[in-house]
Amino acid sequence: MTDVSLPRREPFALRFPSVMVFVAILALFTVGVTILSEGFGIGVISTSFVKTLGKTLCLCLVALAMDLVWGYCGILSLGHMAFFGLGGYAIGMWLMYARTEIIVLESLAAAPLPPTPQEVSDGIASQIFGVVGASEFPPIWAFAHSLPLQLLAVVLVPGLLALVFGWLAFRSRVTGVYLSILTQAMTLALSLHLFQNDSGLRGNNGLSGLQNLPGQSDVSQDIVSLWFFWGSALALGLGYLLCAWIVSGKFGSVIRAIRDDEARVRFLGYPVEAFKLAIFTVTAVIAGIAGALYYPQAGIINPAELAPIASIYLAVWVAIGGRGRLYGAVIGAAFVSLVSTWFTGGQAPDINLGFYTISWVDWWTVLLGLSFVCVTLYAPKGIGGLVDILIDRKGPNRHGADLGPDQGALREQEADK
Amino acid sequence: MSTLLEVSGVSVSFDGFKAINNLSFQIADAELRAVIGPNGAGKTTFMDIITGKTRPDEGRVVYGDRGDSLLKMSESKIAQAGIGRKFQRPTVFEDQSVFDNLMMALKKTRGPLAVLFFKPTKDDNDKVADLAEQIGLSGALHRKSGELSHGQKQWLEIGMLLAQDPRLLLVDEPAAGMTPAEREHTTDILREAAKTRAVVVVEHDMEFVRRLNCKVTVLHEGSVLAEGSLDHVTKNQQVIEVYLGR
Repeated sequence: MTDVSLPRREPFALRFPSVMVFVAILALFTVGVTILSEGFGIGVISTSFVKTLGKTLCLCLVALAMDLVWGYCGILSLGHMAFFGLGGYAIGMWLMYARTEIIVLESLAAAPLPPTPQEVSDGIASQIFGVVGASEFPPIWAFAHSLPLQLLAVVLVPGLLALVFGWLAFRSRVTGVYLSILTQAMTLALSLHLFQNDSGLRGNNGLSGLQNLPGQSDVSQDIVSLWFFWGSALALGLGYLLCAWIVSGKFGSVIRAIRDDEARVRFLGYPVEAFKLAIFTVTAVIAGIAGALYYPQAGIINPAELAPIASIYLAVWVAIGGRGRLYGAVIGAAFVSLVSTWFTGGQAPDINLGFYTISWVDWWTVLLGLSFVCVTLYAPKGIGGLVDILIDRKGPNRHGADLGPDQGALREQEADK
Repeated sequence: MSTLLEVSGVSVSFDGFKAINNLSFQIADAELRAVIGPNGAGKTTFMDIITGKTRPDEGRVVYGDRGDSLLKMSESKIAQAGIGRKFQRPTVFEDQSVFDNLMMALKKTRGPLAVLFFKPTKDDNDKVADLAEQIGLSGALHRKSGELSHGQKQWLEIGMLLAQDPRLLLVDEPAAGMTPAEREHTTDILREAAKTRAVVVVEHDMEFVRRLNCKVTVLHEGSVLAEGSLDHVTKNQQVIEVYLGR
């Protein structure tokens, strides 16, 4: 045995300092927002802004999932916002059912005879489905009365869809841009299906009134917004720890190897398809959970939320934040979505050029598109790359060569030495 | 010595071009074999067929004590069954350290769950350290393999192959781009490895083959032209024509 220094099994926190830094910042941020909120603090931050921040945390969580599947495993999925939307629909069904049930029971309480269960059910159904001209529950609402079952659906529906879709796609060895197109087709099909009135989910009306918690009508939104904010922060923190653990060990090694050169991984004896399927499914579940926390804060979900453009935005966030590093995805999602809220909310001052006024509500997408192109061309490490400058981490000099032959492989400029 | 791998009557054509034409080949346990042949003789396709990358149009490929057919197995299953392959161009995972590369190759359960919960034991770390020493990369364990020189990458790949602990090793031009001293070391490693397992070396360089001092199979236009000791095959009139006649 020669004296070679092997990596010691130091505690997780010491081997990955960025994880602890992230958790600390998230905790400070949560406490800070709580202190400044209207619900429990001094009221500097409005309730609607607390909701915006809470929603942003959920977007960070789904960006984390995207980074795992794209930044680490090289699968450019354009379907993860569909899984996000499915999670939202699953929780939205219960929220809408339970709240309508309370309203119906109250209105029927005045009747001389106690209402039969059938009358209650019909009352709820006609309330919910009146807008699409139906008055009966579609079969997919069979479990909407039960919170635990719908929570299970938040995990199972995106998970199973990803499992079946991924199994079909990966088994046929579809990779690269073809896989992206395939996932996008799945997203589009799902969105178009939900747009139909007879999809059973209220067509283009979507589900609404989700901000009201059933049975908590006397609790003000100031408080409810904070409950969801805390929930989102907790989910993001746990999600980050989970992702960091997944990518830290040999599993992380294998999926990064698949990203750079999957044929070689096969010759090492690893079942590449099983790894891809596992990571695709796990990230779909994370996306579903993020969606289930997002939509009660947004208050409404409709099929437009599942449109392919949403998933493309998700990829843009991860790219701008920095692919292949977890905090990069979080920074990208938080930064771009908050700036986007600012620009599209009409707060950004318009620029009057004399002959033409640049109104940011319209021009923001152009700006976003331009910055995406610029980041890809001139700063492939994204915003996360600033951290490398801070801690003086160098990139490799490979004379322009990628780190592997596959399409998803890390580029020279994205890697560190 | 029992037969480890038996390829019989295998043919494969790409768009009408017969890359492999009724090829038969056998190798026993613990045998070293060199495969030579001019460009386009089908050497790489031959390896592709054994490792499952290319499916032949006809023929049989039987491997192991139970005589399993490799034609029905996926690449990863074939690798798990104990067939390791080294490519012509060194292919290591350049974004990861030498340690990670070797640890990934180390013979362990390959399923996603087992990998997710994998923790290297002291024994595993020692094995990696031993391998690193054998291939002269002890000092570079924590460097990213993308930084290594061409020769070092070749070594690392050989190390990864040994870490897999295969029963059959397929090595494609191991000495390409190596200095004479490195070539000598490579010969030693291959001959050492062949004491406990079967090793097939594809090589252009006659000098290197001579130093391996083993049975030689000459491929030409997708079939076996001659087989025997190097001196025997180099005296063969057909071999001389193929190599020198054009």
